[in-house]
Amino acid sequence: MAVITYREALRQALTEEMERDPGVFILGEEVGRYQGTFRVTEGLLQRFGEMRVVDTPISESGIAGMAIGAAMIGLRPVAEFMTFSFALIAADQLVNHAAKILYMFGGQIAVPVVFRGPAGGGAQLSAQHSHSLESWYAHIPGLKVATPATPADAKGMLKTAIRDNNPVIFMEHAKLYSTRGEVPEGEYTIPFGVAEVKRPGRDVTLIAYSQPVLLALHAAEKLAETEGIDCEVIDLRSLQPLDMDTVLHSIRKTHRAVVVHEDHRNAGFGAEVVARIQEFAFDELDAPVLRVASADVPIPYARNLERAAFPSEEDIIRAVKRVVA
Amino acid sequence: MKAEVPVKKALPDSLTPQRLVELYRTMLLIRHFEEQCAPAYRQGKMGGYMHVYIGQEAVATGFIAHMRDDDYMLCSYRDHGHAIARGSDPRRIMAELFGRYTGVAKGKGGSMHLVDVERGFLGGYGIVGGMVPLAVGVGYGIRYRGTDQVCLCFFGDGAMNIGPVHEALNMAAIYKVPVVFICENNRYAMATPVEFASAVTSLAERAKQYGMPTRQIGGMDLLEVYREAEQIVRHVRTKPEPFFVEVLTYRFEGHGIADNPTNQALYRSKEEVEYWRQRDPIVNTARFLLENGFATESELLQWDADAKQQALEAVVYADASPEPPLEELYRDVYTDMEVQEWR
Repeated sequence: MAVITYREALRQALTEEMERDPGVFILGEEVGRYQGTFRVTEGLLQRFGEMRVVDTPISESGIAGMAIGAAMIGLRPVAEFMTFSFALIAADQLVNHAAKILYMFGGQIAVPVVFRGPAGGGAQLSAQHSHSLESWYAHIPGLKVATPATPADAKGMLKTAIRDNNPVIFMEHAKLYSTRGEVPEGEYTIPFGVAEVKRPGRDVTLIAYSQPVLLALHAAEKLAETEGIDCEVIDLRSLQPLDMDTVLHSIRKTHRAVVVHEDHRNAGFGAEVVARIQEFAFDELDAPVLRVASADVPIPYARNLERAAFPSEEDIIRAVKRVVA
Repeated sequence: MKAEVPVKKALPDSLTPQRLVELYRTMLLIRHFEEQCAPAYRQGKMGGYMHVYIGQEAVATGFIAHMRDDDYMLCSYRDHGHAIARGSDPRRIMAELFGRYTGVAKGKGGSMHLVDVERGFLGGYGIVGGMVPLAVGVGYGIRYRGTDQVCLCFFGDGAMNIGPVHEALNMAAIYKVPVVFICENNRYAMATPVEFASAVTSLAERAKQYGMPTRQIGGMDLLEVYREAEQIVRHVRTKPEPFFVEVLTYRFEGHGIADNPTNQALYRSKEEVEYWRQRDPIVNTARFLLENGFATESELLQWDADAKQQALEAVVYADASPEPPLEELYRDVYTDMEVQEWR
């Protein structure tokens, strides 16, 4: 298996899918001549030409709407948001159009579109550039939400997203782009709705997705070394569809769980996971399920404040100690 | 800027008397169809919002007449006229308004979300201006495939004041998409007159800045709309590039079913409505047909009765149709995945 970055894995997925299907095209701000703000689309304009790698003005509603319209007549657009913080401008297109068209027209018009880009913060981007908000999208019937944490998942899931006949919100994390990992050789896809146990363990179940999966894995190693607590780390990988079976199976073994995500805690996706755990496995629990998430504040700029706002390894360790106490 | 071509009371070369009669009868059908809506609504046969097109029939009829079978169109929630002009079955449209399973969207969309995929009608949309960016994508898809199809996108004067429309117009011009942007200026965005909502009251003038040809035309005369639309659609198809056309029209009824005469008095006078009713496109066209010997009095009466009959049949069909089965609640959320019932 080759070791490549998350960024390269995404680029491989785009390239392979564009080679495979002439209906796949990319649009977004700076995706072409500038080679992508985060270099995900590097080299694609040169390879596929400007009809298939479309530089757009700074018009998120226009980008999203154009992608949806093209998808409605059978193309497979992949629209890049420079960050998901900017996707808020396109919220009406995502929520009122992409998510509703299949249903409100009685199942007659599919919208096979992918909206991808970086979410999250952690690089002192401050209040307006650090959003995740995946729970907003997971809340909307009609959207699928993918949040891969590793290069292998990023590649396999982006290919799945492009082949999906439904609108997919594909959230990358800016801090993941340069991370490296093993990626299988050759053609493969990873389905939505299948969580993965990234680290088996018997004492506490840590449930995470996107970049916090790495955080949870680090915390798990430290807990094993210093406290002798053996954590099982589950990567949900996609939030809609959501694989609760893997989570519940783990909880029947550990009887304790902590959910970790970078989005705010209040009404964050962790609340949904916790609700389902108590609904389906209440009797299995030996402790309340805790959430580790961002503070419920706008993300501040100052390095120390920002660090305090985001979930940390220490936060996870503290929560795990509480549930085993 | 009024229409440059003076309105000659003559048939355009491409319009045979037979074809004109067809278009006239389309307008009649739209009118009668919608005249059946209010009573049905009051009887509780329909719910939600219901926006009728009465007064504006010449616009959809005159433009859609130039669509080829493989062309596309999108429009706003005031969509009954567009669907009928495109040839959708009025019985299935009425069934949709009644929320029945035989409706064009299985009863899941209602009045605002008519659709007819087979005829390239990609839907009526309920968010003002929301479908204008979609039309750019449809146009881009046409260019991508290299065909000479066109996309017609109908919206109202109110849509000219919402941001995404301007993003879309700009992008349409950048990518030279074959889309006709048809701004049906019926003078009021709900109750707000254009001059209250737009500092530049000529909407065609506003659109000019986007680098595409624009035109302002009258919308009350079917022949004028037909003649202008013919040139515009041909231009967009052959050039190809987008075109913005502002069509000056008027809705005789309120914004929606709740906008009753008492409410309407808050924003427009009876005299104004009467002035426009004098320009009723159906009456105008009937007079033209009669004066030019393209129809007799008795034919006009017969066509009127036929259209009314068709509208009544649509009501009967809708009323007799079943409601969607409850399983439909969970269908069509995704193409490939069941939504779990949580009860």
